[in-house]
Amino acid sequence: METFKTDVAIVGAGGAGLRAAIAVAEADPALKIALISKVYPMRSHTVAAEGGSAGVVQAHDSLDHHFHDTVAGGDWLCEQDVVDYFVAHCTEEMVQLEHWGCPWSRKPDGHINVRAFGGMKIERTWFAADKTGFHMLHTLFQTSIKYPSIQRFDEHFCVELLVEDGRARGVVAIDIASGQFRMIEAKAVVIATGGAGRVFRENTNGGIVTGDGMALAFRKGVPLRDMEFVQYHPTCMPGTGLLFTEACRGEGGLLVNKDGYRYLQDYGLGPATPKPVNKAMELGPRDRLSQAFWYEQQKGRTLEGVHGSYVHLDLRHLGEAYLRERLPQIYEMAEEFLGVDPAKQPIPVRPAVHYTMGGIQVDGRCAAPLKGLYAAGECASVGIHGANRLGSNSLAELGVFGKVAGEEAARFARDHASPASGLESQANAVEQRIRERLHKSDGKERIGTLRKEMAATMEQGCGIYRTGEAMQATCDKLAELKERFADIRLDDKTSVFNTERLMAIELEYQLDVAQAMAHSAIQRRESRGAHQRLDGFTERDDANFLKHSIATYRPGAAPSIGYQEVKITRLPPGIRAYGAAGAAAEKAEAERKANQGVKA
Amino acid sequence: MSGGMKTIEIEVLRYIPEDEEQPYHQTFVVPYTDDMSVLQGLQHIKDEIDGTLSYRWSCRMAICGSCGMMINGVPKLACSTFLRDYPGKVRVEALNHFPIERDLVIEMDDFVDKLERIKPYIIEKAPKPLSEGEHLQTPAQVEAYEQFSACINCLLCYAACPQYGLNPKFLGPAATALLHRYNMDSRDQGSAERMPHAHDEDGVFNCTAVGYCSEVCPKKVDPANAVNINKSESAKDYFLRFIAPRGAPKGAAE
Repeated sequence: METFKTDVAIVGAGGAGLRAAIAVAEADPALKIALISKVYPMRSHTVAAEGGSAGVVQAHDSLDHHFHDTVAGGDWLCEQDVVDYFVAHCTEEMVQLEHWGCPWSRKPDGHINVRAFGGMKIERTWFAADKTGFHMLHTLFQTSIKYPSIQRFDEHFCVELLVEDGRARGVVAIDIASGQFRMIEAKAVVIATGGAGRVFRENTNGGIVTGDGMALAFRKGVPLRDMEFVQYHPTCMPGTGLLFTEACRGEGGLLVNKDGYRYLQDYGLGPATPKPVNKAMELGPRDRLSQAFWYEQQKGRTLEGVHGSYVHLDLRHLGEAYLRERLPQIYEMAEEFLGVDPAKQPIPVRPAVHYTMGGIQVDGRCAAPLKGLYAAGECASVGIHGANRLGSNSLAELGVFGKVAGEEAARFARDHASPASGLESQANAVEQRIRERLHKSDGKERIGTLRKEMAATMEQGCGIYRTGEAMQATCDKLAELKERFADIRLDDKTSVFNTERLMAIELEYQLDVAQAMAHSAIQRRESRGAHQRLDGFTERDDANFLKHSIATYRPGAAPSIGYQEVKITRLPPGIRAYGAAGAAAEKAEAERKANQGVKA
Repeated sequence: MSGGMKTIEIEVLRYIPEDEEQPYHQTFVVPYTDDMSVLQGLQHIKDEIDGTLSYRWSCRMAICGSCGMMINGVPKLACSTFLRDYPGKVRVEALNHFPIERDLVIEMDDFVDKLERIKPYIIEKAPKPLSEGEHLQTPAQVEAYEQFSACINCLLCYAACPQYGLNPKFLGPAATALLHRYNMDSRDQGSAERMPHAHDEDGVFNCTAVGYCSEVCPKKVDPANAVNINKSESAKDYFLRFIAPRGAPKGAAE
């Protein structure tokens, strides 16, 4: 097998992977970096992020506000020390991207402009029109080109994380163009492969978002944390699930039901001021808005179309000129995909799966429990999202923790030699295993069929509202699908750009990740953030479940689920409220603090 | 599939290097609804009919740039082109002017090499420390380069460019647009390092101003405009070399 030796191997070349690669290159230009991606970097799914990225800049905003919005927004399942580090470094990372050329939208005086986002007390979302992820990704990719120590392995598909003597030592990857297996041996490995939203049916994610890195680490004994928390974004295209950014509402868009009524006021998010104010109505958090949709649907107050129920996202009052400036991509998508002119007609929307809050368990420095392994971005659970991610925090996370992962991996690679190893025989065994299994695949199950059944059962059991019965059915179905996978049929036995083979491997990754989600979910007997139950566990239960779930892989069986304490430093669990109730709670909290100050 | 569903013939140019020496056309009959994209038609073929069909795709929303292909002879993104617009039959082929790797997948190393060559990053003589905050850039200064920064690298413009078809060394539309993007950025001081690529023998003067590249661009980048601006900048640069000893001073190209 062709073998490459490097210091740091980075799997995934989206926002987090590219940022990590640049961090390694800047930390020590002598370190060799292998940047491995199953697509060309600019195809990575960071490209599809629209609305913006958080960073405190306004005088009346503060790191404390960002901290509070994040921790309360995550329903207190956040690592508070990590959130503190995060909010303190977001703005610096946004400035760094600015220096690298990111075309941030500006105010007339030339300074950065920020916009409102859901669940956010003060506007702090940096944006590049409504193509923020696209611009961040291309800025990072193009900037990465100037570092000669970054060697890219574009269109290389990782099939195994190599572990030896309790240490991550590299990966085995298929060069998609030739179909040949390659070993990339490393002193440290960073996983930055993004989320796993494609395990669900209706989702905002690109086809590549299949949880590869999560599964690679999981199979080597690295736990996946908080996997039951999957974010439904409230405003997506019915059928395809394509995203209409939260910035639509940040810019003043309204959500109305079939009667033209702003239904969010019925779900503790009011009062319905004509223009949404921060942390109320349309600017409430994503989980609450998706849940409100579900109730409207139950009440028969949604509209009905060929792709199911929907409500209206009304942008008409913003006018064509403003929409073209602030939301040009949204405008084009509505026109091209729906035949809707958003300046003249409301856009049909419904919730769809958007983001995996959980991921590879790492500490605040992005280190996994496996020595030499780091993870950053959506594939990781560094602890900032809790039970529900605050909009704008994921792009900022790519920068802040991509950099941390790169710096820590660089340090580890410098401090640890590359011992003589038996990696090559391990890698050869991996190749043989995969070749044998996939070339003998003359069974009767089509990949596409299994994938669709997986996505349907995840939606049924692990959707916006959950019950023990439905989750059990999903767990059972996933076990059945894993069994049926042994009897797959592959039409394609060739080597060059064999995407069917890759889809089969992706499906196996997805089934592992889906099991971690479903089994973590059924064990959590409470409702918190994006995990909402209808079967007697409708309230948050801090006494029993103010804990991270920890899913551990078991070969040939369902994962085992354990728990880990949550790090609470300075914001004890409180009532999570928005709208008028939220404002009242904030006022009471401020008075409590003031009184404490007097007493002290 | 329900009995009432409409069907369309999708004719695909197939090429599997290990199996066939020559590309050939294969037709699939696919059920469709009016909101289905060409990409969704191809996904139906792969999932339900023939798993060997290969193509690139990801975002489904015309921003990742993966799914460029010839659709009835026109370079388009398959995800934002709809089957309803091709009554009865549609023909899908790999992008023109690129070597075919497999089926609808083209080799794009040539473009990536060109992108790397034009130094697509901010070059500052004295980089500003992060602690000093952002560079100021007025909305007008952003507008000067923003359009060219919208390139998604989908390569439709190369498939449209007759000159790239004749001379694959030609820098071509997208790489020139990105070269221009950085040259026009008020934060950048690297145009002198990029301009040789614009005006060398494989640079902008290969362009015969057909303008088809801009017509097919799904993001309204208008690469033809970038190429043409650089033709006059290259000419200026050429003459300025006789006046200024080390080429055109910074700013002359803007």
